[in-house]
Amino acid sequence: MMASERSVLIPSPTTPSNQDLNTAPVLLDLAKSKSGRSESFSKMEIDGKRLSLGPSNIVLRGCQLKNTEWAFGVAVYAGRDTKAMLNNSGAPSKRSRLEIHMNFEIIILSIFLIALCLVVSICALVWLLRHREELDYIPYYRKADFSEGKEDDYNYYGPGMETFFTFLMSVIVFQIMIPISLYISMELIRVGQAYFMIRDTQMYDEASNSRFQCRALNINEDLGQVKYVFSDKTGTLTENKMEFQCASIWGVDYSAGNSQIDQVEYCVKVEGKVLRPTMKVKTDPVLLQLSRSGSGTKEGKHVHDFLLALAACNTIVPLVVDTSDPTVKMIDYQGESPDEQALVYAAAAYGFMLTERTSGHIVIDIQGERQRFNVLGLHEFDSDRKRMSVILGCPDKIVRVFVKGADTSMFSVVDKSLNMKVIRATEAHLHAYSSVGLRTLVVGMRELSASEFDLWHSSFEAASTALIGRSALLRKVASSVENNLCILGASGIEDKLQQGVPEAIESLRTAGIKVWVLTGDKQETAISIGYSSKLLTSKMTQIIINSSSKESCRRSLEDAIVMCKKLVAVAGVANNIGGSSQAGSTPVALIIDGTSLVYILDSELEEQLFQLASNCSVVLCCRVAPLQKAGIVALVKNRTTDMTLAVGDGANDVSMIQMADVGVGISGQEGRQAVMASDFAMGQFKFLVPLILVHGHWNYQRMGYMILYNFYRNSVLVFVLFWYVLFTSFTLTTAINEWSSVLYSIIYTSLPTIVVGILDKDLSRRTLLQYPQLYGAGQRQECYNRRLFWLTMFDSLWQSAAIFFIPFFAYRQSTIDISSIGDLWILGVVTLVNIHLAMDVFRWTWITHAVIWGSIIATFVCVIIIDVIPSLVGYWAIFHVAKRGTFWLCLLAIIMAGLIPRLVVKFLHQYYKPSDIQIAREAEKFGSLSEFGATEIEMNPIPDPPQR
Amino acid sequence: MASKGATSSGGAKDGTSDSSSSSKKNSKKPKYSRFTQQELPACKPILTPGWVITTFIVVGIIFIPIGFASLFASEWVVEIVDRYDEDCVPRNYTYNQLAYIQSSETNKTCTKRLIVPKQMKSPVYIYYQLDNFYQNHRRYVKSRSDKQLRSRASEGDTSSCKPEAVGGNNYPIVPCGLIAWSLFNDTYGFSVKNKALEVSKKNIAWKSDQEHKFGSDVYPKNFQSGGLIGGAKLNASIPLSEQEDLIVWMRTAALPTFRKLYGKIETDLEANDEITVVIQNNYNIYSFGGKKRLVLSTTSWIGGKNDFLGVAYLTVGGLCLFFAISFIFLYVIMPRPLGDPSYLSWNRGQVN
Repeated sequence: MMASERSVLIPSPTTPSNQDLNTAPVLLDLAKSKSGRSESFSKMEIDGKRLSLGPSNIVLRGCQLKNTEWAFGVAVYAGRDTKAMLNNSGAPSKRSRLEIHMNFEIIILSIFLIALCLVVSICALVWLLRHREELDYIPYYRKADFSEGKEDDYNYYGPGMETFFTFLMSVIVFQIMIPISLYISMELIRVGQAYFMIRDTQMYDEASNSRFQCRALNINEDLGQVKYVFSDKTGTLTENKMEFQCASIWGVDYSAGNSQIDQVEYCVKVEGKVLRPTMKVKTDPVLLQLSRSGSGTKEGKHVHDFLLALAACNTIVPLVVDTSDPTVKMIDYQGESPDEQALVYAAAAYGFMLTERTSGHIVIDIQGERQRFNVLGLHEFDSDRKRMSVILGCPDKIVRVFVKGADTSMFSVVDKSLNMKVIRATEAHLHAYSSVGLRTLVVGMRELSASEFDLWHSSFEAASTALIGRSALLRKVASSVENNLCILGASGIEDKLQQGVPEAIESLRTAGIKVWVLTGDKQETAISIGYSSKLLTSKMTQIIINSSSKESCRRSLEDAIVMCKKLVAVAGVANNIGGSSQAGSTPVALIIDGTSLVYILDSELEEQLFQLASNCSVVLCCRVAPLQKAGIVALVKNRTTDMTLAVGDGANDVSMIQMADVGVGISGQEGRQAVMASDFAMGQFKFLVPLILVHGHWNYQRMGYMILYNFYRNSVLVFVLFWYVLFTSFTLTTAINEWSSVLYSIIYTSLPTIVVGILDKDLSRRTLLQYPQLYGAGQRQECYNRRLFWLTMFDSLWQSAAIFFIPFFAYRQSTIDISSIGDLWILGVVTLVNIHLAMDVFRWTWITHAVIWGSIIATFVCVIIIDVIPSLVGYWAIFHVAKRGTFWLCLLAIIMAGLIPRLVVKFLHQYYKPSDIQIAREAEKFGSLSEFGATEIEMNPIPDPPQR
Repeated sequence: MASKGATSSGGAKDGTSDSSSSSKKNSKKPKYSRFTQQELPACKPILTPGWVITTFIVVGIIFIPIGFASLFASEWVVEIVDRYDEDCVPRNYTYNQLAYIQSSETNKTCTKRLIVPKQMKSPVYIYYQLDNFYQNHRRYVKSRSDKQLRSRASEGDTSSCKPEAVGGNNYPIVPCGLIAWSLFNDTYGFSVKNKALEVSKKNIAWKSDQEHKFGSDVYPKNFQSGGLIGGAKLNASIPLSEQEDLIVWMRTAALPTFRKLYGKIETDLEANDEITVVIQNNYNIYSFGGKKRLVLSTTSWIGGKNDFLGVAYLTVGGLCLFFAISFIFLYVIMPRPLGDPSYLSWNRGQVN
């Protein structure tokens, strides 16, 4: 049966027939599910009988029902209430931060434009009023028209209207001020940048054969300004593959044999067929030897119990799969917890193979001997007890309870009177395991006497059929039996981190990016991954917030803030040399869980959480629902102007990816939803480093410069036009040919900006990766800000003045005609604007040379072509004007006079107030990079996770 | 490490071996090329003090001689400028200049004497200079028909010429438009020591205009026949391509103060020669407060007399040298080692 969305399966002691269901009135009382987390219980009344329904009664979408012929079900939480819908925060349309800033400057430019037009039209009005009497007969105005026989006004509608027309006309002439072409150039540049990002061999994932994908084309440059990275854990930081690594049994550590790993392929013969687990596990030879020697010796007995516990204490279902070879069958272990899978595979490798599970018993093949264990009771894992237990009736008729769980919860129920030495040793091993980032579980066992068992059995029966408070009752029953345990040992499982994750996180943090990990996993897992990925270090103070009410949330937040402040003060005193800018100076890690977040998000506590979180260098959120992930991203996004980036791989990360300014999808095993929702998709987490630190930096720098340059380029032309209008009695004659005005942003100056915007690199990839701190330029908005905008505008005002007034004075009182001086002006503008760009280019490849000098040549060619068209006014003008030395002297003077202020300011600034990027460039060029790296480089290489 | 990798992939070994070999064939791995990896060989210029100072010195060294050369060239040009619009109005019309110029009865002839300050080598160019005459006014600039000027066939193409498009009888005016209508019509006659100087009016217009913009088969028609006479009349038997005064006039000036070539004197003028100029003061600039000047000038490689470029070059060159010197001083006093890591922002804090 496939449920459409979610269906409730009704457990019924007696099999109801179809008829029963048809006739019986059914009342379903469903708890409202909040953001898809169905933890509250619902009730159902059928035929007067009340049944309580919990999460275990719910079949989620996509589940397949096995091991039963039929089932009755009711579709619940359908339509708008489905998990997918509830967790869908809607896809906001994203715009690049730079573009949003740029829009403000465009408004300023519009105000400039209007101001220019107003100046022109007011001057025109004054001129008209002052010459009102003369307009009829001035030869160059000639208002009077006699062609109709009588005197008439020709094309004149009074000073008011004339002024208005002048205004409109000036808007048309000066409209280049608003760089419409900029938007087109930006799109082209982004396409080019995307091309190079996709082609980057360093962002190609061999394993999944996938290239980097640029799914959004309008936020390339946002990658250069990221301040917060929100990362999913499973599948993003880790590979989502658990591997059994080592065990500590009865105080003896069996992890030494790791160096000489042999792949044991354990198999058993059942009914003439070979059974083999699908996954191979590394084994320790000593332990293997012991496990094979049987339970004769004392050591062998402990090992036997431990491995039996691993094989039995779980909810794994073995599935037998056929292979191409009919005599060999594979056993695939399926279960909800990957940890348990890893443990069962490990047990199988040591000869304790779980081969069969039914509701009443399990069959374990121990060293080739099939043994049947009756499962008398099972206490499922819950997050309060943090352990699970199973009660087995063993073949030797002894009832044993096997418990496994987190170390903290286990040691509290251990029988301390027994064997303190073993406990101590186990604790030491646990510490060693977790410090290398392994996920640890402790296994314990106890034999139950018949009376104990009966007592437990009756209370278990009562609890599991209780209608109200069933889970609390079950918990109570469980804890009654889970005590006085004898410690068998502990296991270490590696949740394999993806390659290069610790290095990537370290790079990101050095770059001043705050990395937050948001995971649906439980707290312990999250913390252990935090350690192994170098997100958390032992030096950090951890603040853990686990609250179950708003009040306690408020209290713990307030306490945490106070503590945080104290720590900052202490740290400030301790290392006041470090400066407060360094994120590492206050090593506080905040760990908060989803239940607390329920009370915090969307309430006034958000502000406090943000305050706290912004003081912490690491934030780990565990047990969060998908929508809460988005809520956390929104929390940061709404309170700061900093750029946020979310990276995830599963459907549960979709809302977070959509909410963040930049969403990155990892194309992993968890389907395509994250990739579909993302702006950029890639194969591995570590690609984030080249993506952000290299491409992001480049893109941002290029785009920021490109926008400023476009503003400059267009306003220079507009100012030149404006100056001329002042000398034409404010009538908007343009000396520059209309064709040239049109071609200006199409041929004359467009290509260099686009090519520079795609190809220019301020620093090499190597330098950027070596010094992640250089990324700070984007976070501090160094390439595009209001100050630079105003500087650019003043520069363009000066340059336009140089372009206009040098020919103006050189040709005043001469026979120069409009077209000739217009040609000089347009050539002056184009040459100056292109040389200005040439002055700012960081890296001259042959393409840059071709494009910049080519544009200047193309402009000369175009001007010549325009001037050989006889029907245009400026026929042959360029040849007449260029014959004279004055023309070339003017051009040279324009270039020098226009660029000197910029050159001087640029030089002084670069030499006496150098930016980090400038210094790195110098170092790159003069080769001192390696030596100055010596002090900094030590933080970069991180040893690979210790080999075991 | 290697075996570790093998373990993790070992689980599905059989299943993936086919697909991995097939994926080798259609691997999406981007091909390496220096272009796609953005590693094209490149030159990375940096504004080092050496470069900047050298640049400024070189620019200074180039600009200053050019400045002096232009100044000398300008100095070498001999120019006589004489404003005659006020002097050529009789005393009794001083307060009513408009009436004087508009009346057909008044005597427009006017004689002026000019002293040649220095020897003027031929050719001596004769210009008239108009002030405050906006030949670049939008209404004026547009008021012409290039098609009509070029070929006889498009004589009727006068739509852009209003209000001087058609004559009273609705025949098109050739050449039409305000520019042609307002053709300058003062004339000058020169004599030195009672000997008339010949003024050459040939080749004063651009050859290109004569050959391609003004048709040799287009003759003036209905010109200046309307109620309002704007300026000179044209000889209807001479084609437009030969009407050089018109061609010169129709190259509209860029600025409100402009000169137009009137003619050339092909003989040298000696210093202290007294030139007698007989001016026919016909052109009405009085209605809008314009000025008229007569200019005699020789020419040099930079054109007429204009000190601006020389001064500009000297200023720019001087500034460059000044910057070069001050940068040298700065460099000596406060040098900064290039690429010094201690200047990096994250190192600066630690040093302090």
